[in-house]
Amino acid sequence: MTAITFIHPNGRSDRVEISDGESAMQAATRHGLDGILAECGGNAMCATCHVYVDDGWLARLPAMGDEEDALLDGTACDRLPSSRLSCQIRMTLELDGLVLRLPERQV
Amino acid sequence: MSTLGSSSTTSTVPHLDVDPFAIEFFADPFPTHEVLREAGPLIYLDRWNVYGVARYAEVHAMLNDPATFCSSRGVGLRDFKKEKPWRPPSLILEADPPAHTRMRAVLSRVLSPSVMKQVRDGFTAAAEARVDALLDKRSFDAIEDLAEAYPLSVFPDALGLKAEGREHLLPYASLVFNAFGPPNQLRQEAIERSAPHQAYIAEQCQRENLAPSGFGACIHARVDEGEITAAEAPLLVRSLLSAGLDTTVNGLGAAIYCLARFPDQWQLLRDNPTLARNAFEEAVRFESPVQTFFRTTTREVELGGAPVGEGEKVLMFLGAANRDPRRWDQPDSYDINRRTSGHVGFGSGIHMCVGQLVARLEGEVMLSALARRVAKIEIMGEPKRRFNNTLRGLDSLPVTITPA
Repeated sequence: MTAITFIHPNGRSDRVEISDGESAMQAATRHGLDGILAECGGNAMCATCHVYVDDGWLARLPAMGDEEDALLDGTACDRLPSSRLSCQIRMTLELDGLVLRLPERQV
Repeated sequence: MSTLGSSSTTSTVPHLDVDPFAIEFFADPFPTHEVLREAGPLIYLDRWNVYGVARYAEVHAMLNDPATFCSSRGVGLRDFKKEKPWRPPSLILEADPPAHTRMRAVLSRVLSPSVMKQVRDGFTAAAEARVDALLDKRSFDAIEDLAEAYPLSVFPDALGLKAEGREHLLPYASLVFNAFGPPNQLRQEAIERSAPHQAYIAEQCQRENLAPSGFGACIHARVDEGEITAAEAPLLVRSLLSAGLDTTVNGLGAAIYCLARFPDQWQLLRDNPTLARNAFEEAVRFESPVQTFFRTTTREVELGGAPVGEGEKVLMFLGAANRDPRRWDQPDSYDINRRTSGHVGFGSGIHMCVGQLVARLEGEVMLSALARRVAKIEIMGEPKRRFNNTLRGLDSLPVTITPA
């Protein structure tokens, strides 16, 4: 079973198991993780599953689509070069061990 | 309820004699929703000769398979392939990819998270002013004076509509949502009275009638960028006029009705007003202001374990899916701390409500203003229901509020 780690703004980290093909957002909500809202349920329509991708991982993620790019302009916390929407990060074997940092807030 | 299995193609599908567009059904749909859900993953409604799905899994799956369950043949009972639509079809709601994709991109940008940031302060100030005015009155109708008055005070201005004629907005929206239903009295009467409302709407969709910085003007500006044609822009504006107001009115009405009925949840919100946004979201799940939509099959498909032929209408019970115990713990409880993500009150997939961010913004700032300023909301008389073929909501809700 592959796993990813979410790091909360206070430094606490949660390692969650994730199945192949599942999105990082789905894994987070399935585990009841605070800090990922996902108001639209994973349809890339709301920007409330914002994460900062930890150093080294960004280039290994699938490319960002136009919709995600536009939505990231409206995140509650500042958009950084490492910003992504976790509903658009689909799990593959290569992403085992991925580290995502959670923003202070999602709305 | 009878299981007839009269036709060979639907032999495994339970036939029900429920009319989900009858006034008696609308008055209290929940017991019947349970019957529909428990009858099976796929049901057949003999009253209107359509299939139906009332469980979360099937509703969610259909919403996310637009190639098989299309919208271009209408999202109401009428099949646009066989019958003429009552108005020119919507370019977004009643369209499939790839045509839909281009239109959706335009409206998504016009109503994006970054645009919401720009209008947020104005929407918040209007909500606070509305609550202050209601605190002066103390006793009022939470539907007319709050659930209708607040969206009417922000949305038409945000769109850039002229001040005159706005009294047509709610009747037009009510007509649109009634028209998705079968040819019952609600639909027939709405269409008979529709001419003045349709004329008003058609006029307001024109570029010259929309204020320069509003959502409407933003849509027309996409014509200059070559993203849409000058003929398409007014119809996209029409989508916001059709679906942007009555939905939020019923969403807000649902939230107030929930918080007034469940004082423990109101107290939780009072203690922590940052729960306002989720309290609204949970009301959308709990009451499902938009109860149903249809899709039409584009091919023979297996749905809920049974074969369904091409060209069949399937009715999706969003409200029943939002209370399916297979998906939700204690589905009949209004719980403002619930993880609501995944509910289908705004739909799901490519047709998921394009105005969901506006709805959430209105809901959040209004419930937050109430939670900070009001100690108690008491229901003072029998709530009256408003009947519509698609929308669920109240006609009046007499309340008295006490200042914090």
